Amino acid sequence: MNQKDLIKEIGHIRSMMERSSKFLSISGLSGVLIGFYALIGAALAYIKVYGFKSGFDYRDHYVTEPGVIVYLVCLAVVVLLVSLLTGLMMARRKAKKIGQQIWNPTSRSLLFAMIVPLVTGGLLALLFVAKGFFGLVASTLLIFYGLSLNAASIYTFKEVRWLGILEIALGLLALLFPGYGLWFWVAGFGLLHIIYGFIVHKKYE
Amino acid sequence: MDFSLYDKVFENRIRLQIMSVLMANDDYDFSSLKELLDVTDGNLAANLKTLEKEEYITIEKSFIDRKPNTRYRRTAKGEKAFENHLTALENLIKQQYK
Repeated sequence: MNQKDLIKEIGHIRSMMERSSKFLSISGLSGVLIGFYALIGAALAYIKVYGFKSGFDYRDHYVTEPGVIVYLVCLAVVVLLVSLLTGLMMARRKAKKIGQQIWNPTSRSLLFAMIVPLVTGGLLALLFVAKGFFGLVASTLLIFYGLSLNAASIYTFKEVRWLGILEIALGLLALLFPGYGLWFWVAGFGLLHIIYGFIVHKKYE
Repeated sequence: MDFSLYDKVFENRIRLQIMSVLMANDDYDFSSLKELLDVTDGNLAANLKTLEKEEYITIEKSFIDRKPNTRYRRTAKGEKAFENHLTALENLIKQQYK
C-alpha cells in the first residue's frame, strides 16, 4: 500500500465518521439573514414602544398596555417563523449541494437535543407574560435559546457551542440591566447570528 | 514493526466505511447507511453480512409502523478490530516517513 492510498483510506474513515455524526448542512448565510430579520424586528418593536423621536434622557416607556404586548408577541412570532423557514430552506439547498439528506439520524438527534430546552424556555416566557413578569422574558428566551444551541452543538459545527454560550451570557447580563432587554436581543439574536453566520460561511462554504 | 494488526476484513472500502459509521454512532439503520454510503441494497447487505459473520457488528430487527427497521451496532470485538486496523495504518505511515 503506498502513501496516497493510505491517506485516502484515512480520508474515507474520517469523512464517514463526520458525515454520519454531524449535520453540516446548516447554512452560514442563513445565519446572517436571520440576524438581519432580528434587527428589523427589533427596529419595529423600538418604534412601537418608544416612537420615532426618543432621546436617552429619561425612560418612562412601559410595555404594559395590552395593545403593545400583543403587537410585540406577534412581531416576535413572525420573526421566529420567517427565520425558521429561511434556515430550513437554505439547509435543504446546502444538503443537496453536499449530498447529505436533510432528514437523517443526525438531524433528528440535533432536533431532539434542541427541542427540550427551547420549548421549556418558550413556555416559561409565556408564563412570565401571563403573570406580568415582563422584565424576565428577554433574558429567559436568550438563556434557553443558548442552552438549546449548546445541546445541539455536538451534532454540528463546533462554532454553535460558542454561539450558545454567548447567548447564555447575554441572557444573564440582561437580568442585570432591566429595561434594556431589546438591546440584548439586538446583540443576541441580531449581531451574534450575523457574526456566527459569517464565520461559518468563510470557514466551511 | 508489527503489521499483524492489519485487518483484511477492512480492506474492502464499504466495510471500512460501515465500521467508521458504527464507531461514531451507537447504532445506525439500513436505509440511512445506504443513503450515506451511496451503494446498492445488495452490496450493502453482503458487506454487512460479512461484518456480522466476523462478529464485528450485531443486528437488531424490529418494526416501526409495520415497516421493517434493521439497526446495526458495533460489538466490543469489532471496536477492538477497528482500533487495531487504525494502529496498523498508523504504523504503515510511520514506516514510510523513516
